[in-house]
Order: sequence, then structure tokens, then C-alpha cells
Amino acid sequence: MTSPRTLPTPQRARLPLWRAAMVVARRDFVAILFSRAFFFFLLGPLFPVFVGGLAGGIGGQVQREAAATDIGVLMTETDAQRLNTAYSRLSGKFSTVLPPMTIIEWDETSGDAPDPRTLLQRKDRIYGAVLSGTVERPVLTGPPSQVKRWSGAITLLTAEARGDAPGIYPDVERDEVRTSAANIRTDRIKTAQGAQMLLFLLTMLLAGMVLSNLVEEKANKIIEILAAAIPMDAVFVGKLFAMLGVSFVGIGVWSLAALGLYSAVQSQFGSFPAPAVGWPIFLLLGIVYFAMAYLLLGSLFLTIGALANTVREVQTLSMPVTMAQLLVFFFAAFSITHTGSPVEIAAALFPLSSPFAMLARAALLDALWPHLLALAWQGLWVGVTIRLGAALFRKRVMKSGSAGAAGRKGWFGRLRHRPGH
Amino acid sequence: MEPALGDTTLADNTIRTAESANQPADTTRGNLAIEARGLVKRFDGTLAVDGIDLFVPEGAIYGILGPNGAGKTTSLRMLLGIIDPDEGIRRVFGHDRPHEIARLIGYLPEERGLYPSMKACDAIAFMGALRGLPLAEGRRRGRDLLEEHGLGHAANRQIRQLSKGMAQTVQLLGTLVHQPRLVVLDEPFSGLDAINQGKLERLIRNLSANGATVIFSTHVIAHAERLCEDIAIIAEGRVPYAGSVDAARDRIPAQVRLETRRAEGPWRNVIPRKAACDTKADGTVLWHFDLPESGAEPLLHGLVEGHAEILSLSIERAGLHDAFVHIAGEAAAKALETEAPAP
Repeated sequence: MTSPRTLPTPQRARLPLWRAAMVVARRDFVAILFSRAFFFFLLGPLFPVFVGGLAGGIGGQVQREAAATDIGVLMTETDAQRLNTAYSRLSGKFSTVLPPMTIIEWDETSGDAPDPRTLLQRKDRIYGAVLSGTVERPVLTGPPSQVKRWSGAITLLTAEARGDAPGIYPDVERDEVRTSAANIRTDRIKTAQGAQMLLFLLTMLLAGMVLSNLVEEKANKIIEILAAAIPMDAVFVGKLFAMLGVSFVGIGVWSLAALGLYSAVQSQFGSFPAPAVGWPIFLLLGIVYFAMAYLLLGSLFLTIGALANTVREVQTLSMPVTMAQLLVFFFAAFSITHTGSPVEIAAALFPLSSPFAMLARAALLDALWPHLLALAWQGLWVGVTIRLGAALFRKRVMKSGSAGAAGRKGWFGRLRHRPGH
Repeated sequence: MEPALGDTTLADNTIRTAESANQPADTTRGNLAIEARGLVKRFDGTLAVDGIDLFVPEGAIYGILGPNGAGKTTSLRMLLGIIDPDEGIRRVFGHDRPHEIARLIGYLPEERGLYPSMKACDAIAFMGALRGLPLAEGRRRGRDLLEEHGLGHAANRQIRQLSKGMAQTVQLLGTLVHQPRLVVLDEPFSGLDAINQGKLERLIRNLSANGATVIFSTHVIAHAERLCEDIAIIAEGRVPYAGSVDAARDRIPAQVRLETRRAEGPWRNVIPRKAACDTKADGTVLWHFDLPESGAEPLLHGLVEGHAEILSLSIERAGLHDAFVHIAGEAAAKALETEAPAP
């Protein structure tokens, strides 16, 4: 039989907030990490990437095949030879200008050359266009886009074949610079936009987990045990950091998948230019700003959980917040091109847009001190939102008895049952 | 200055009524585990608890009796610091912030809740960890407790694989795993069959015998009558009575049933004027009346000296149920009877 064998002394009668939060965080982290739902959650974003990669691969192959259509040369053997010689001479200087060309063999003794229009309809051998006639009077037959695209090159080629083209093409001395100031800014804006978009997608995708966790907690009715044992702040902090930990696991897995994809299609991703603060610090700031954006949105979701009395209400109330977060993202995205303006400063100051605006700033400007200020500011708001959510939770959720039942009508219920209405 | 543990002492076993609720507690009976004065709680303008006073002595088994919706759970939640009262003060072991002494308290809420995917011994350890018990120690104690209660085989089974009764036992053990000094149980008997109710009663007695204070809410009078020395009756958010079970029963005079051979004689002087009498065909008379305030001894003395020729005499003390009806009213008693399971 259970009995109090050794009574704890009152001096050691309180669990510190961080330890209480750790107990909750540890339980949530382990429970979520080893659940089947999380496994599928991890796979979820990989499916579109896989499907997108597959579609891109197929599309690329199709595009390559479509782009590989040659210009067919339907001329006498003599003219074709002259054209070929000219092509060889010019290809050194105009390799990117000249189209790939294939000489179409036909029986000259019969006297009748094949009709270029008929050749263009053939399925067994596809030509983009057909060059017929003579070197002196070339005729290019093909769809308007192909004719327009290659007319200049054919003119140059036939002129060279006739000997009418200039004999000497002077070499242009090359003096290449890596980039210009205008290019750096344009390129870094691309980096800023990409980083903001990634940050937003990850935050929205993962912050939803906090809401699911709270819904689970309400369904399990375990929240009262937690509320009785430890401060509600500790419950909120524990849940947020557990979810943050789980998010980092998810991001780690997705990053590995992205790395695999990167090595497969390097050219697609290799075009992101280095941010102003450099890649290592930028990545570090990206992680920290993700944590802040996540904690801010997560604590907001937890506060919604505090306001709502039913699972349905939690889900309904979270929709406007999600939409509002989209507006906040647009606001931060708009501020990218207005560095240093009141708009950008407002975006950096408004807690929910601050992580996005500041990450973009890290891509564009190399000063680091504003980030320290911004992180302190965002941390302050995380704390404020957690305290507010915890207070609201204690005030609104823990109701019981007949009065509590009246209270549990929820927001919408109360609207319908307002006294005197 | 925050009062030190044990600074406050308990009143004696006097009856406190709503009228005397604002009177300071008598301080002759030892340390208080719980002290609440004038607690008020409103939800959206609706008064859920209306100025209740509670004084629970350390080591007591204290019952809070009342129908559903009377304010029992809200009162317990205020005492534990889960919600704050709108008015009034509450102290647990002299502390007005119960969370600061959470390790000393074990709480079983009315709405039972456990993580379905957790193993039974992990659930117990988790609940202990919330109260400061290291997880490894919690698991060890959890296994021992499950073994003691015949659930050793379920230690590694997930909560979702257990029956409702087993899960309820697991939660109760989780409430006790950190060996609390104060155990608060909200409707602990609901959902249990008769055998498990008996086991729980024994468990509560043992906890008290080992020095823990147990406070539980119930709407089943029999549990409170069997277990408690002190009770509080809550009805419509108020406490019309708080004190000992004996004193509650003494609120109603004992009933005297007297059968005499004759209707008249000098002994009639000790029979109250309001006494009901019924004369039978053979001339014997049956009397029903409240035991006079002077008690049984003067009555018996008067009957014997007055040669009453007594055929039978019984003096029956009122039960807690009658006391509840007398104190809380017929409506509250009917609500209680509706909720209570059939015997």
C-alpha cells in the first residue's frame, strides 16, 4: 500500500520553471518523435519534392528532346558541301549562334527534291526547319518561331558559303569582372526572397504541430494534471521547445533530402549568391530566426488554445491567424526592396514579421548588431505571448460545474446566449 | 512575511455554519493543511463559488460533499492554485501559492486523463516527475506500486491497452508516487466498481494513518460517512456546513421511539408536548418524539421514576444523509440521490 514514507521538506517543495518545462518538453519530444504520425509528417513534404523532381526530370528530358530538333539541309551535294565548309569555319566564332544542322540525303538523279513541307510532317525524323534552295537563294521552311529564330544564322552561314562574308573576324579581348554593384544587390535580393520563403514555409508547416499537440492535450484531458503540478508558463514553454526540437529534427531530415536533390540537380540551386553576412552566419541566423518565428507563432497558437473551449474552436480560430500570418509574410517580403525605409523598420519591429524582415536584411546588409537587438526584441515578445497565453488559459479553460458548463459554450455559444440578447 | 509551514493552526471540532463563516478559526487543534477564507469565483459573470471557508487539519481525511455543479471542483482547483479566486485567501500548508509546494501535493482530477500511448509505469513516473521525482526513481516506484495493486503485469502496457478501471488505478498511483503530504482526490470513487471502491477506501485510510492529509470530493454520502471525521457540505457555491461528521449528525435531534402499557402517569412530564402518539387496540401507546436537548439520561430517569411501564424504547441518532437534508435542503439532497449510484 502506498504511504508517504519520507516527507519532502518544504524548502525543496517547488520544481524550478525550467525543470518543469523540461519534463513536459521531454515527454512531448519523445512521444512525437516516435509516433507513426511524425514519420508520415516527415515524409509529407518529401512527396511533393520527389514528384516535382520526377516531373522536372521528365519535363527536362522532353524539353531536351524538343530542343534537339536540327535544321535539315535539303540542297544539292555541292551546295551542302559548301555549307558544311562554311559551318566548320564559323563554328569556332559563332558556336552559340549557329543551329545544329543535318544534311538530308536524297536522290539527285531523280531530279525531284523532296518537298520541305512534307519532310517537316515526318514522325520518324523530326526537323525544326528545312533549309532548301541553293546557297545563292536559300529557302528556310518551318514554323514561324523557328524561321524567325534561325534566319539570321542562315543568312550568315550562306554568305560565308558564298564567300561574301568578311574574311577576318577580330578577336575581342575579354576583361571579365565577377559582378557589379547592381548585380550584387539584385542577386542578394534573390537570396533574401528565397530565405524568407523557406522560413515562412517551414514556420507555417511546423507551427501547426503545436496546435495539433494542444488539441491532443485537450482530448486526453491531461491538461489539468499539468496545470495542478507545474505553472502554466512551464507547460507552454515545455510544449513550445519540444515542438521546436521536433521541428529541428524535421528540418534536419528535409535538409538531408534537399542536399541529395542538390547534388542531383546542382545547377538549379547553385545560382543563389552569397548573402551580405556570408553563408555561415546567414545559416546560423536562419536557424535562430526560424526558432523565433516558430516560438512567436507557436505561442500565439497556444494562446488561441487558451481562448478556445473545444477542439473545433481551436481549429476555427487558427484559420484567421494563419491568414494573418500570410499578410505578415507579404509585408516582410515587400520590405526587402526598401532596406532602411520606415516600411522595413516597421517590418523588423512588428514581432511576427520581424524574423522574416531581419533574415532578409542579413542577406542584403552585413551589419550584425541589428540582429542582436532584433533577437532580444523577438525573445521578449515570445516571453510576453507565453505569459499572456498561460494567464488566459488559467482564466478561461479550467472551468467546471454548472457555471463552467455555461462557460464551455465557447465563443460562438456565448455570442448566441448573451444575456439580454 | 510569508507564513512558515505550520504557522497556522486549526480550529477545534466546532461546527461552522454560513453565519459563522467569517469568524476566525479556533486554533487549538493542530496544524492546518488547508485554510480557505471567503473564496469567491465567477465564470463569465456567473457565481460558481460564493465565499466559502474551509479548514482542513493535517492528517485528516476530509470530505467535500455536494451535488454536481455545487462548486466542489472549482473550490478544489482554487485550493490547488490551478485557478485563482476572484476574492478571498487560500493557504496550503501555510503557503498562499500552492504551486510553490507542488511536490507536497498529489491531485487526482475529476476528469481522468493519461497519454494513451504511454506505458503504465512511464505514466506514473511522468506524473511523479511533474512533482519533482526523478524519472528513474518514478519508474522504480511505479513498478512497485503496480505490483502492490495487482497490476504488475500491466507495467509495460500502453494506457490505451488497459481497461478503464486499470487506467484509473494507474492515474491514482501516479497521484501518490511522489509520496505527497496532501492528497486531493476529486470524485475518486466515480467509475469504480464496489470492490475497487472498497480498495480505495482502505488506501485512503492507510494514507491518513501514515501522516498524509486526504481531501476528497464526493456526492456519495456513504463514503464520507465511513471515511471522514470532518466534512464540508457545498450547495450552490456555498458551504452551509463545515465541521465534524458527528456534529453534523447532531444537528438533528435523535429520534425516540417509546412504547408504554398506559397512556397516563406521572412520567408524562418528561414526554415533550409535540410528541406524536398512537394508541393501539390493546391500550398500549406508541410515542415518537425528538430527544430533548437535556439528553437521554433525564428522560430515562423520569420514565423510570414515573413508573412508565415501558414495553420498548429506542433512541436513534440521525445519519449523515438526514443531516445533509437538514443542512443543504431537500433539493440538494435530491440532486445528490440522482447522481449517486444505486447501492
